[in-house]
Amino acid sequence: MVTSVSKPPRVVVVTGVSRFLGARVASRLAAHPGVERVIGLDPRDPPTAFSGLLGDVELVKADARAASGAIADLGAEAVVHLSVASAPDPDSGGRAAMKEQNVIGTMQLLAAAQAAPQLRKLVVRSSTAAYGASFKDPAVFTEETEPRAVPRGSFARDILDIEGYVRGFRRRRPEVGATVLRFAPFISASAETTLTRYFAQPVVPTVWGRDARLQFVHVDDALEILHRAVVEDHPGTFNVAGAGVLVLSQAVRRAGRISIALPEGALSSLASVARNVGIGQIGLDQIDWFVHGRVVDTSRLTAEFGFTPRTTAEAFEDFIAGHANGASLTAGRLDAAERAILEGIRAVRASAAAAGGSD
Amino acid sequence: MSQEEYRRATLPGHVDFELPAEEAVPRKINGNHPLNGRTPRTPQPEEPETEQPETEQPADVVDIWDQRVAKGLAFLRRRLTGAYEVDDFGFDPDLADSVFLPMLKRLYKDWFRTEVLGIEHVPATGGGLLVGNHSGVLALDAVMLSVALRDQHPEERHLRLLGADLVFRVPVMSELARKVGATVACNPDAERLMRNDELVGVFPEGFKGTGKLYADRYKLQRFGRGGFVSAALRTGTPIIPVGIVGAEEIYPMIADLKPLARLLGVPYFPVTPFFPALGPLGLVPLPSKWMIQFCPPIPTAHLTEYADDPMVVYNLADQVRETIQATLHDLLAKRPDPFGL
Repeated sequence: MVTSVSKPPRVVVVTGVSRFLGARVASRLAAHPGVERVIGLDPRDPPTAFSGLLGDVELVKADARAASGAIADLGAEAVVHLSVASAPDPDSGGRAAMKEQNVIGTMQLLAAAQAAPQLRKLVVRSSTAAYGASFKDPAVFTEETEPRAVPRGSFARDILDIEGYVRGFRRRRPEVGATVLRFAPFISASAETTLTRYFAQPVVPTVWGRDARLQFVHVDDALEILHRAVVEDHPGTFNVAGAGVLVLSQAVRRAGRISIALPEGALSSLASVARNVGIGQIGLDQIDWFVHGRVVDTSRLTAEFGFTPRTTAEAFEDFIAGHANGASLTAGRLDAAERAILEGIRAVRASAAAAGGSD
Repeated sequence: MSQEEYRRATLPGHVDFELPAEEAVPRKINGNHPLNGRTPRTPQPEEPETEQPETEQPADVVDIWDQRVAKGLAFLRRRLTGAYEVDDFGFDPDLADSVFLPMLKRLYKDWFRTEVLGIEHVPATGGGLLVGNHSGVLALDAVMLSVALRDQHPEERHLRLLGADLVFRVPVMSELARKVGATVACNPDAERLMRNDELVGVFPEGFKGTGKLYADRYKLQRFGRGGFVSAALRTGTPIIPVGIVGAEEIYPMIADLKPLARLLGVPYFPVTPFFPALGPLGLVPLPSKWMIQFCPPIPTAHLTEYADDPMVVYNLADQVRETIQATLHDLLAKRPDPFGL
């Protein structure tokens, strides 16, 4: 059941347009005939690579605090909050800046949105990290599953705070349709995230004795869902992920990489050393993900949006296609090795049989 | 000897008996021992072929060793390229059926000589909740129950076990459990599996069952809050009580070192006549004779609206418990010697 009877919002404010996801969403909304103005809100200038994308987008260089008046003044009918950082960026303030952006930024943006009289739609980027990580967790999370404990990862804790602010906003402005999209980790042939960098390494560290069940969502499908959430009406909370599961060892093998299993403690300390030196961004969020895995039920999403993201395996296939160099154990090589060994054994047995027959 | 000699030598005065034909040797179908009065399953067509010595084969007959090598290599290649499917719960049928099942079948047939009764009570399709008695320190009974379903059920159904969260805390063990199809014992997982038409195996006694002393063998422990019943009611899945005899004797527990168990963070620390005295050798299970009885299913489809009614849930759990206890007494009567054939 696709409920898209109302008109798309005429004025849309998109946060985080200096990042890939925000720039893409803003540019696609600007191209939509029903949307008159798209305002990109970001404290940083978008990189020049995005200038082609953001031609029709009005850019406001401000953080959420400074923009609190702007949202009401512009007469925004929809706010799309994508300025959520999934890992600390050592070049721009690290964890402190990440928390400032995620938690304080969301708080102030929602305060501003609450004061905007014409607002009728709010779309917030969240993450499946909202389900936390515990050994007692069910294998598959539905949108109703509550986290059992406050997660130790910084991103997961930020996500819980963000969703808490959205709950408060829903209480205070019940007439505004609020959509919370809990995304699985993004992947695609060209996307650059902590996760894609991890899988692109020739040797991939994993946690000893654990083989997490992973889910991904293809970036293009995530963009489609975000676009539909703005131009159509889909209030509620939705898991966004590709159906199916890859376990970590399987994903590493499909990518043709070699994994080395480290005990959890060793991996944690190695990751923190690497972070301090400034290489790699594996944090407690990622380690929890490698230990527990995370699988979500997407039946509510497919029923409400009338759109099925490509499966986790297909999304990962696309990633592999874009990162073929660095692979050592490729399917082709293993195929050839299999045939060679089989032929070798046949030859040895044939010659042994011939020798036995001549005796 | 001829038919005539046979009659004279063995059966004086009774001429209507025939010399048993060569084929009359009962097939070993259920463990290494024939089941009296029960028809054997249809013989596997490829079985006689594997017995033939390889050198006697004509050239055009398929080379079994070649096939085996090719199959093994194809399996290795599949594993190394990740070209296999895993379901949402982490169940890896390719690995479970190719690696774990053949090993466990040796234990099931040759070591425990397992006999299975009432397999016709397990539905061929659709969901089912198998509820069994738990015993034997390590949960080997759960493993053998799933082997029995693969081995004896006409549809070779997979059993999806529900395990304590302790199992999923321990590295390596957690992943082994997931790969053979187990998941954490919680209502969301149980209901999701049953809605997917899977057979779910649950042992409501939990550690109270596996950790009891040898003196308390075959005495069913408390069944908890009956969460398994409400999961079955909510999904309208039939409950199939299962009695398992044999697991109590594999590690006869004579004492439980509770302080050591608390120190190690495990529910109990068993002392058997061989463990820990003989070290790792004490971990070899004793070769008891096993019997598994599936009882007639208890339908629940008409009780769906009572899933939250504690009285209905409790009574149904009690009915399942009584059935299992009665089945255990029956099976013990059929098996007078725990270590007999």
